[in-house]
Amino acid sequence: MYGGGYIFEETKNGSPENEDSRKLEIFEARIAAGEKIEPTDWMPAEYRKQLIRMIEQHAHSEIIGALPEGTWITRAPGFRRKLALMAKVQDEVGHAQLLYSAAETLGKTREDMINDLITGKSKYSNVFNYPAVTWADTAIIAWLIDAGAIINQVANSKGSYGPYCRALERICVEESFHLKYGHDNVVFLATGTPKQREMVQDALNRWWPPIMHFFGPSDKISVHTETLMRWKVKMASNDDMRQKFLDMYVPKIWELGLTIPDPLLKKNEETGQWEYTEPDWQEFKRVINGDGPCNKERLAVRRRAEEKGEWVRLALLRSEEKYTVPLS
Amino acid sequence: MKEFNELNDKKTTAIKDLLYRLADDQLILGHRNSEWTGLGPILEEDIAFSSMAQDKLGQSQALYQLLHQIGEDDPDTIAFTRKVNEYKCCHLVEYPIGEYNFSLMRHFLFDMSEAIRFNMLGSSSFEPLAKISKKFKGELKYHTMHAVTWINQLGHGSGNSPAKIQASLDECFPLALGIFEPSGYEDILIGEKIFFGEKELQEKWLEAVIPVLKNANLKIPDIKNIKASYGGRKGIHTEYLKPLIDEMTEVYKIDTKAEW
Repeated sequence: MYGGGYIFEETKNGSPENEDSRKLEIFEARIAAGEKIEPTDWMPAEYRKQLIRMIEQHAHSEIIGALPEGTWITRAPGFRRKLALMAKVQDEVGHAQLLYSAAETLGKTREDMINDLITGKSKYSNVFNYPAVTWADTAIIAWLIDAGAIINQVANSKGSYGPYCRALERICVEESFHLKYGHDNVVFLATGTPKQREMVQDALNRWWPPIMHFFGPSDKISVHTETLMRWKVKMASNDDMRQKFLDMYVPKIWELGLTIPDPLLKKNEETGQWEYTEPDWQEFKRVINGDGPCNKERLAVRRRAEEKGEWVRLALLRSEEKYTVPLS
Repeated sequence: MKEFNELNDKKTTAIKDLLYRLADDQLILGHRNSEWTGLGPILEEDIAFSSMAQDKLGQSQALYQLLHQIGEDDPDTIAFTRKVNEYKCCHLVEYPIGEYNFSLMRHFLFDMSEAIRFNMLGSSSFEPLAKISKKFKGELKYHTMHAVTWINQLGHGSGNSPAKIQASLDECFPLALGIFEPSGYEDILIGEKIFFGEKELQEKWLEAVIPVLKNANLKIPDIKNIKASYGGRKGIHTEYLKPLIDEMTEVYKIDTKAEW
């Protein structure tokens, strides 16, 4: 997973006007021509800053996202599900590794990024501040959150920054397996015993609002991002991605006989657009600012992992003074 | 299959006991190692422990499948519905993951024994076991490579790293000796050339682990004065196994007849 929607800061200083106009012109021409920008190329300070912010948030979302699903590995029912979930969550951690590396090419170290995560300075996808209450929640996450992430990440993989695009291409291939796994899991529950059906419907009811939040605030209330779109940092509008998701997955959910907890949800055949109850953006803001059901727990777990592992990282840093052996 | 039909009762019982011991060890340690997912000291170790856990789970499934072929229930039923005292795993694999140094030392001591065990089982007279042992051997090669590299690094690491690794060695050693708790079927297994016996395995294991530990600057525990942690092979377990089994079977037991 887990791209999440675009949440950018307002552009303040470092706006393109302060950049060398000739270099900026060449830079923008390259992007317009579909070229990729590489780590050693000149780039505006604002481009670097916003990319670090976006890739870092994405990487954090992967390791924090590993927690709600990871906690069900030890409870997965049967070998098939246990092995598949282990492999899936492992992939997510691998995505974090790839993304931190991509962000490092822009000049911020993995240690600094993780430090900003555990001190609460840097954000991650809001959906992971909600709990995975039952086994069925993991099925819904693997299917629908990963599906949302693919829509977001396929768009981003056509962006302008080379290392991020290449990481995303690989990530998308793996995500497509996660989606298949999640769908298979939901199908078994939805067509299973009455208890299994009840579990999966409850999970869908719980996860629908976070899923609608997933693509980020409506374009009507988002900050202006024309420059970022011209620079191919932001590749699609939040509302467009939400529409695309609804178009692809609402029919599949209904096909399984499940009910979506939004009485207003329907496709307007004239406009071709989905109509839905406006997500509660006040709640979205409240949760992203730290007041969700799991924010404190997620960061506490991550912080504890960092603290407990510190001696290992320190031991590795200086061990070559006495002993040198490649790690792999 | 021919090789299954030829088994007589006594021999079958001995083989089943052996397979349960092997499979339960893999299942429980695989389960434990998977608990590192998302919590490792560095991302690369989350990923490594998960890979090894997946291999162990896959190995246990293959061994349970062999049991199924000689008359036991299917792998899911065996793994997810037995009572705690019906598991035959050793105590070492039951302990919680603890600190990274504990999990690493357990992984080293256990996987070194596994590598030797499955290498030798590759020539077992029980052909189905010989066949899958050859496959496991290829996987275990990477597990031991990983363990030896890290034991070396941290044994020579800076700060309190060597002391932490030494403490884990001292804690794990009696538990590790419990891997080699003899079963009640050693004579049949050895006589029928199915398995060469736990005693011989322990000797070969010591020959393999001691040089690595010495090379990592660690003090070897006084083996003669250590009491091995026995009981697991007879179904007598530590306090840690029951909560693990309860957690592992929590969803499955909502409805054991349902398809998950």
